[in-house]
Amino acid sequence: MFDYLANPTRFLKIASYAEPVAWGVFALAGLTGLGLAFIGSPADYQQGETVRIMYIHVPSAWTALFGYLMMAVAAFFFLVWKHPLADIGARAMALPGSVLALITLITGSFWGKPMWGTWWVWDARLTSMLILFFLYIGYIALADGFDRRDRGSKSASILLLVGVINLPIIKFSVEWWNTLHQGASVLRLDGPSIDSSMLIPLLLMALAAKAWFVAITLMRMRAMLTERRLETIASRGGEKSMGAANA
Amino acid sequence: MLEFFAMGGYAAYVWPSWLIGGALILIVSLESRRRLKSAERKLAQLSAPDAASRGAGTGRDSQDAR
Repeated sequence: MFDYLANPTRFLKIASYAEPVAWGVFALAGLTGLGLAFIGSPADYQQGETVRIMYIHVPSAWTALFGYLMMAVAAFFFLVWKHPLADIGARAMALPGSVLALITLITGSFWGKPMWGTWWVWDARLTSMLILFFLYIGYIALADGFDRRDRGSKSASILLLVGVINLPIIKFSVEWWNTLHQGASVLRLDGPSIDSSMLIPLLLMALAAKAWFVAITLMRMRAMLTERRLETIASRGGEKSMGAANA
Repeated sequence: MLEFFAMGGYAAYVWPSWLIGGALILIVSLESRRRLKSAERKLAQLSAPDAASRGAGTGRDSQDAR
């Protein structure tokens, strides 16, 4: 299957069909999720209306973790099989992933201030999430930080694989250490402890966040593949096409 | 309605969360789209029949005109 998809031309064709689907899922799940999150769901018995921050905070966090894992898988494929499409995939995921991690941190602050009385605290969950954001930023800086792109890809891919250790730390930080952050209420061994009136909008927003991440990734992969075609044309065509490719 | 926007006294925390989050989502979406369109436009210029003659000279001008 990977060989089949790894052909850039075929990938571009499939991506041009898959991207509108992802945008459609984003719009549908997002709008329904927003409606339920703000109108169809109750305030929390302890946290009041601030619980509505959850519907952007948690889906962003889940997708930032999911995105990092997908990047690491792509990096692994790139390091082992040297396929450029895997590298392009990882590079394409870096910006949406980093922004979702940033949204998690910002909305978390806005939730922490009224509920905990502080914008920030250096506890395990918050610190490990901040490290995830830095890993994303570090990846972007490394990947683009070399004159020769393949060197950047290799170094950045290694950083990604090393950083995977941070993912279980984030997930289990609320169990391993004492923290202000509340524990898991959805992904639990004994099933979700959150009421379905809140769980359904939360899952819809999570679907919307995933769909957005996929749509942006496909869009950026298409852009990068086109840019690399331009580079190839420029290096073959010499002076004449150079101007247009660099403009 | 006013009650809805007041968010039980937490308006100053709930709305900024969503506004900043929404703005960041929008910025990334637009930037990604711009990058794709710009690359596709350049490729289209190069692939046009007389691309070689137009490509070097007027590439930038025709781009700005859009």
